[in-house]
Amino acid sequence: MKVGTTRNREEVPFLKVTNLTKQFGGVRAVDTVSFDLNKGEILGVIGPNGSGKTTLVNLITGFVKPDAGKVFYQGKDITGMMPHRIADLGIARAFQMVKPFYQLPAFKNLIIPLFSPRVKRLAGGKYGDRDAIAIDLLEEVGFERDSFVPFKMASVLPHGYLKRMELALCLALRPELIILDELFSGLSMAEVASMLPIIEKLMSENLTIIMIEHRLRELFRISNRVIVLNYGKKIAEGLPKEVMESEEVKKAYLGSETE
Amino acid sequence: MEHRKERIDRGIKARTEDIYALFSYREMLYLLVPRAIPILVLFAVTLVVGVYWQKVLISTAVFALLALSWDLLTAAGMVSLGQALFFGVGAYLTGILNHYFKLSPLFTIPIATLGGGVVCTLLLLPVLRLRGIYFAMVTLALPLMLVRIIEATKIFGGTEGLSGLSGLPSTRFELYLSIIAVLAVLFFFRRLINTDYGLVLRGIRDNDRSVMRSGINIYWYKAQALFMASAVGAFAGALMTHVYMFVGMPVFEMDYSILPIASAVVGGMGTFAGPMLGAFILVPLSEALRGVGGLRIVIYGLFLVIFTVALPEGIFHYFQRKYHQFERWVKVEK
Ligand SMILES: Nc1ncnc2c1ncn2[C@@H]1O[C@H](COP(=O)(O)OP(=O)(O)OP(=O)(O)O)[C@@H](O)[C@H]1O
Ligand SMILES: [Mg+2]
Repeated sequence: MKVGTTRNREEVPFLKVTNLTKQFGGVRAVDTVSFDLNKGEILGVIGPNGSGKTTLVNLITGFVKPDAGKVFYQGKDITGMMPHRIADLGIARAFQMVKPFYQLPAFKNLIIPLFSPRVKRLAGGKYGDRDAIAIDLLEEVGFERDSFVPFKMASVLPHGYLKRMELALCLALRPELIILDELFSGLSMAEVASMLPIIEKLMSENLTIIMIEHRLRELFRISNRVIVLNYGKKIAEGLPKEVMESEEVKKAYLGSETE
Repeated sequence: MEHRKERIDRGIKARTEDIYALFSYREMLYLLVPRAIPILVLFAVTLVVGVYWQKVLISTAVFALLALSWDLLTAAGMVSLGQALFFGVGAYLTGILNHYFKLSPLFTIPIATLGGGVVCTLLLLPVLRLRGIYFAMVTLALPLMLVRIIEATKIFGGTEGLSGLSGLPSTRFELYLSIIAVLAVLFFFRRLINTDYGLVLRGIRDNDRSVMRSGINIYWYKAQALFMASAVGAFAGALMTHVYMFVGMPVFEMDYSILPIASAVVGGMGTFAGPMLGAFILVPLSEALRGVGGLRIVIYGLFLVIFTVALPEGIFHYFQRKYHQFERWVKVEK
């Protein structure tokens, strides 16, 4: 019995997506996409604009209900569950279009995930000093501790800080899987360079990450494996180097660039 | 040499809403005065006015409760155009319990308060997913539908309503009960919204999807806010029913939906104190204008327009800002 359960755990992939499909009107935003993800892996997802990357994230995190296909998380079928239940299981996501609480100071933004049932459960029923934890988290993603920045209203923070806060909002949940939807979009080279070590630190903590990125060089540096979407379909999967040599991928990227 | 008016904000500490150590009588007074003076004035007024204005004050307090309830819903991202729903459900519940079951107001008011909260929350539960104007439209429609149901089915006295209900001990009792209720709700809501629980409610208004991805069930929180708001509204309705010793279809009238919103806008939304202040201006004003006759509504409307144009932030926000600033004349080198 005991052997059975451990073997079972090894066989079940951390995240398993099978034939996921979503149609918006006439557009197949995501078209029979399947992939597996192991614990501790960093999966890169790339594809031209409108290829269905964000929709794929929405399907996994429950913000959009799939027309067909399944999502299994640690062996559990989470297809079509409510977003907060999926988050409660430990899947955190950063939105491509940042979604902070604009009318709250930066550190108070983090109180909301820190107040969630999941965090309470993981902390053994107590929440601890949430304000202090919030400030620590902001420092972790690159807010200067000894400044007024963590106390500023989110509505006055520059884009770079809001992107960092997206990451902090994910981390506050103490997730096991983080899905980062174009975390680096709209950031300068210098800002990306300063954020990469933060991601690398998460990797060293054995966190599982799905990373959607248009900046291929940075993405390839950190991801173990890459899948490529085009018109909602998965057209390639493999090591970063292999993927970029595929004819189909080159065509998809060239095609979108000449448009 | 010229003079210029300089404006300085007082220290952050004096302005925070949190409890902190007070270091001097000056600081204590600074916080106490704006809270204590209006309350003292209010109680002083209750001692000098006659029965007619006591009744006006009761009805003012009832509208203040509805405005507070409205402000809580708004803080949690739910725009209500149907405060009359809460008011009417509370009013009918207390009326039914008193008329058919002969319960005394001692029981009917608390039961109608909690029961009204439950009933209204259940009625609106199916539409908690709707946002903004869609939710608002449903709240607008529900009280109108309930009136027609009562009219068509002739239940609970139909168009006649239920009369001869138990009254409360005295007008003064009614007055103090209603004023204490307003102050208690004001205090509770102001506290609540500054806790981490309140932060989640405000987060839902700001960005509900971001609350969801934080692993928090927004529908559960919205339902709780709805329960608190509708219980307060239902209490107002139950109280008014025993004041009039009558309940009937007018309890679902638009007045109970619109006036609380007007109070919140005039007084300053999102502060609880503002909507209450608004009610204490608008309701007595409306009474005072009764003498004017036909032009009453015109003058009243004009008043509303002037207020909202002159102080779009609301009276309370304006006074709060002024209170926290010094102004002084300083010399400027030309
Ligand atoms: N809610 C929606 N309603 C209708 N169509 C949608 C919706 N969401 C996405 N789409 C469509 O689905 C397709 C895929 O969009 P998606 O946002 O997933 O692409 P993406 O790969 O994330 O693009 P980008 O790189 O620009 O972020 C697009 O054609 C888009 O217009
Ligand atoms: Mg996208």
